[in-house]
Amino acid sequence: MITLTKNAVRALVVAGALAVSSAGAMASGEGGHHYVKQDWSFAGPFGKFDKAQLQRGFKIYREVCSSCHSMDYVAFRNLGQDGALGFTEDEVKAIAAEYEVEDGPNADGDMFTRPGKPFDHIPSPFPNVEAAAAANGGKAPPDLSLIAKARAASVGPDVGIEVFNDILRLIWHPLTTYQEYGPDYIFALLTSYEETPEDLKEVVGDKYYNPAFGSGVAIGMAPPLSDELVEYTDGTPMTTEQYARDVTAFLMWAAEPKLEERKHVGVNSLIFLVVLSFLLFFTKRKLWSGVKH
Amino acid sequence: MSGHSTFEPQNGFLKWMESRLPIAGLVHSSFIAYPVPKNLNYYWTFGAILAVCLVAQIVTGIVLVMHYAPNTALAFASVEHIMRDVKWGWLLRYMHANGASMFFIAVYIHIFRGLYYGSYKAPREVVWILGVVIFLLMMATGFMGYVLPWGQMSFWGATVITNLFSAFPYVGDMIVTLLWGGFSVDNPTLNRFFSLHYLLPFMLVGVVALHIWAFHVVGNNNPTGVEVKDSKDTVPFTPYYTVKDIFAAVVFLVFFAWMMFMVPNFMGHPDNYVPADPLVTPPHIVPEWYFLPFYAILRAIPDKLGGVLAMFGAIAVLFVLPWLDTSKVRSMNYRPLGRQFFWIFVVVCIGLGYLGGKPAEGGYILWARIFTVYYFAYFLVILPVLGFIEKPKPLPASINEAVLAKHGASAAAEAKA
Repeated sequence: MITLTKNAVRALVVAGALAVSSAGAMASGEGGHHYVKQDWSFAGPFGKFDKAQLQRGFKIYREVCSSCHSMDYVAFRNLGQDGALGFTEDEVKAIAAEYEVEDGPNADGDMFTRPGKPFDHIPSPFPNVEAAAAANGGKAPPDLSLIAKARAASVGPDVGIEVFNDILRLIWHPLTTYQEYGPDYIFALLTSYEETPEDLKEVVGDKYYNPAFGSGVAIGMAPPLSDELVEYTDGTPMTTEQYARDVTAFLMWAAEPKLEERKHVGVNSLIFLVVLSFLLFFTKRKLWSGVKH
Repeated sequence: MSGHSTFEPQNGFLKWMESRLPIAGLVHSSFIAYPVPKNLNYYWTFGAILAVCLVAQIVTGIVLVMHYAPNTALAFASVEHIMRDVKWGWLLRYMHANGASMFFIAVYIHIFRGLYYGSYKAPREVVWILGVVIFLLMMATGFMGYVLPWGQMSFWGATVITNLFSAFPYVGDMIVTLLWGGFSVDNPTLNRFFSLHYLLPFMLVGVVALHIWAFHVVGNNNPTGVEVKDSKDTVPFTPYYTVKDIFAAVVFLVFFAWMMFMVPNFMGHPDNYVPADPLVTPPHIVPEWYFLPFYAILRAIPDKLGGVLAMFGAIAVLFVLPWLDTSKVRSMNYRPLGRQFFWIFVVVCIGLGYLGGKPAEGGYILWARIFTVYYFAYFLVILPVLGFIEKPKPLPASINEAVLAKHGASAAAEAKA
């Protein structure tokens, strides 16, 4: 057992040495934006959403994002459930009623609109994907329900050698329970719009220059946020950066509305399993104490 | 399953039953009185851990099916329905998705343990071959399961992998059409993958039963590789190994719980949270991590058919391994040369896994080729030749003697200190 384990460690060291020797060949450099790990209230084993922040983020989604982006998987009732935005049942009803929702067909066979109810999903800004594409330069803006899990910033230890970074991150991410690569990406994207550099004017064309964009540097979305764009009434600074932070937190909630429940159950399960494994360890040791093995 | 049962029914009902269907006797002889070498280390607990994985996958899978819709228009949304609306749905789905990775982590450790201790050698060839069949069934099940959420990586992974079969001359296109149920990856593909994804786990249960039956006939291998000589070498399975296996399984569950509760999407791919779109190809199509070593071998060969043959060959070679290794010594503990080549092989497999996840270009391709050559050389050249030139260390006369020698050495060391 000990020899095997010692050798396993040795094998990893050899793997590391091989990685160094091949690093030169592998530094093919995808370049890439330098993403920064942000502090999120929902990160870590005990993470929880900041309800006030989610409400501000929802306000930004309503007033800014929702003019182009749908949120198909989120229903109004979700806004009021446990681990969500903290709205009461009446507040949820009132929010839903502010939307016009298409329903039908009625007894005459006609479609009609009515005020939204909690069970309705947030209505789409466009009737179909084709309409969304036609209104947005040929490409439909992505649905935002899952965007915080569908994008990834590469964040983690950086020792300048790709293979080492990959190996370190493979260990570092699960060890530190880092799972906020999506929010870190979205935050970077929303705050990295810049003046197009001279030499890239041709590449960017009539799109917008954003070095944090995952596929190329030219993004079709115009800078959506600017200072003082959305009115905050709770004294939170009305800056682009704060808006980006708040709407990103809201998008993470939308992507994983059961996040708080998951972490809560997770911590309890882990405590239970660790205690159980200690008990079993001592049971096993007692049982085997009479047998040389 | 091993010889005559020593089970003696204690009450009237059991006596009545035992003379009609001796199932209690079977359980008694297989899992209670069954003699097991007393020197097994923790690498031997992965068999039990794998049984836990299989049961967990089947139980969570059956409940997930109650909420899932196998239709290209509904599949993605039904998975989100499970995540958002079904009570404990997120738990079931994360347990199932991460459980697949846990299953493969455990099976890879189990396989490398078999390779290190020569558990494939006579008389355990059939145990080994059934194990390779289990591994193949697991890969087919895992691959089809990853297609079911119908995200971008589901769709494009399915497209790339099924297209490989078109490399075969004459029958290739026919096989691909059969897999697709049409002329592209579409609803019929999803339907048949779903059907097979539900079928294969039960076939797995069957082959696992054969696997266990076969090794209960020949008995466990052990770290010395020396066969059991008498009852001094063994302890009864229960309670000794039941308790040890349960302890190891719970420690494994700590790791499992950490991954599924704290970083549930770490082993997935962000693109699979984007619904499948046949018109948009992701920049890097990568299969699930557990296929990456084989994916690297596939791409290392500059010819499509050659790559496919190499990939399948990498698994096929395992079937004939018992006849390729010419050494009479099972355990690498007593094979000074074999042991070094084994650890290089481990590094090569991990390296192939790393390279499989990288773009197929430049230095990556070069290293993938070097590693692929070593992978095959290990089985086809090194193990056959080593048996003739290697001088193994002296083997202990029995398991008991090896154990006593180990304790003698440590007792002597303690006495000195």
